[in-house]
Amino acid sequence: MSATAVRRRARRGSGLGLVAWLAGVVFFLPVAWMALTSFHSEADAATNPPSFTASLTLDGYREFFGTGGGASPWPALINSTVASVASTVCVLLLALPAAYALSVRPVRKWTNVLFFFLSTKMLPAVAGLLPIYLFAKNAGMLDNIWLLVVLYTSMNLPIAVWMMQSFLAEVPVAVIEAARVDGASLPVILARVVAPIALPGIAATALICFIFSWNELLFARVLTGVVAGTAPVFLTGFITSQGLFLAKVCAASLVVSLPVLAAGFAAQDKLVQGLSLGAVK
Amino acid sequence: MTATTAPLATTAVRAAKQPPARLRAWVTRAPLLPALVFMIVVTQLPFVATLVISFFDWNALYPKARRFTGLANYRQVLTDADLRHSVWTTVLLTVAVVLASLVLGLVLALLLDRRFRGRGIVRTLLIAPFLVVPVAAALLWKHVLYNPEYGLLNGLLHYVGGPQPDWISNTPLLAVEASLVWQWTPFMMLILLAGLQSRDQQQIEAARVDGASDWQIFRHLTLPHLRRYLELGALLGSVYIVQNFDAVFTLTSGGLGTANLPYTVYQSFYQAHENGLASAAGVLVVIGSIVIATFALRVVSSLFREEVSRA
Repeated sequence: MSATAVRRRARRGSGLGLVAWLAGVVFFLPVAWMALTSFHSEADAATNPPSFTASLTLDGYREFFGTGGGASPWPALINSTVASVASTVCVLLLALPAAYALSVRPVRKWTNVLFFFLSTKMLPAVAGLLPIYLFAKNAGMLDNIWLLVVLYTSMNLPIAVWMMQSFLAEVPVAVIEAARVDGASLPVILARVVAPIALPGIAATALICFIFSWNELLFARVLTGVVAGTAPVFLTGFITSQGLFLAKVCAASLVVSLPVLAAGFAAQDKLVQGLSLGAVK
Repeated sequence: MTATTAPLATTAVRAAKQPPARLRAWVTRAPLLPALVFMIVVTQLPFVATLVISFFDWNALYPKARRFTGLANYRQVLTDADLRHSVWTTVLLTVAVVLASLVLGLVLALLLDRRFRGRGIVRTLLIAPFLVVPVAAALLWKHVLYNPEYGLLNGLLHYVGGPQPDWISNTPLLAVEASLVWQWTPFMMLILLAGLQSRDQQQIEAARVDGASDWQIFRHLTLPHLRRYLELGALLGSVYIVQNFDAVFTLTSGGLGTANLPYTVYQSFYQAHENGLASAAGVLVVIGSIVIATFALRVVSSLFREEVSRA
């Protein structure tokens, strides 16, 4: 390669770096604008042309948290936390043994079970919505957060089994055999041998399950209401709000997204590995 | 006596020999069973129920008039103009969003694959749209960006003296698609970036030394390597976007010709209380999904096998 070619490549490289920066800013702009608007007064939020220099205030957040009238979002935020955390724990408890059976001691032909799990993920949620609704109605379980916990567990279990079996496949079989020879039972092997080694993978799985449960709207919208409504259901209350509450809408959207944003930024690599079902490493 | 005990003895011996083997197989499978049983009960049973309900004429407001009608619901669903339109909308929405976010994601991944100052920051900025809760993202687009009077889009157009369109009313489906492309491009970018970073750098250097141009390297080395990652992104994206409910529900409430199948099914039982019709539509969604899923599973399984052979 000649010196000029290297220089030309380097110059184009920094030019493309600028293009990347531009793309990053364009994609981030709506989020940044949402954040800025959430700190504006309602009057400053709804202006055209947009105001970049308006003074900042916490009124949007005060409104959202109900101190300025309107329903409090706390029950919804607590419901979302309960549903997401509880279903994630259930998923891990069911998926860890299943992934162990599938990856550490695979039984021939049972690999198909892995594909059965994945195939349920391709079954649209609407396919079972009506019977679940009718069941909940007859069993008196409408507007009950624990029904969502069960459904979110089933929603995330296939992904968790897939992710975990790829993480558990990296646990050395010799270590497990050694524990078994020493007479350790399955729960002991899982808790003392497998889990510590596969901990980063298990954490990533938990993160993804948490995010999916936290984001879910369809089941929550149909099956919950006043008592067990989750944060996304609370947000749907803003769908028809016309202009008057722009700062409040932005504050609400940002607060509800905050756990996902924080978790996602913290674990970017694990996120993509998990979302691609462990196929991309 | 002896004549009868002899066969008994041999079966006893055989039985004593066999159970341990069978038992061992079940012990191996046992940890799998709770998850398996749970999945069958929570996902397969409701679907079977949907299938059964789809053969009934059943409006929830008139529960006593429920009766078996065979395939009549399916006939009605398939001849219903609104429903056929929502099938078309689903296809259009899915194909447009997957293709656009895949192409944009590829461009961004190629940009981010290069070394430049602040690459980590740009990557973080680009991931943000994917990490906003879907309903919140849809609200953001509906009120903060698209609003004709004080939305950011028209606000920025104001500075250049451009027109001030009412985005959602003028181009409703495109408005939904744009917001979804914004959310899904980061996902595609992340998968493709992982693909780019797993390339064989020595091979690329060798090609460069042999005088291959950047385009030739991209066309003959990078793109073939990325094929699997492109397929994976397209398939996972399709699985999620076919089922999209949040964006359609929030941005347009299914109005202006943007109702996709999940929204239509939701509407026909939640608002019209037509249990039988909704179930038939739901079953048709499943059949459509199975077509995609069979293809998807084949690709994922080939990726999976490749990984096993590597291990």
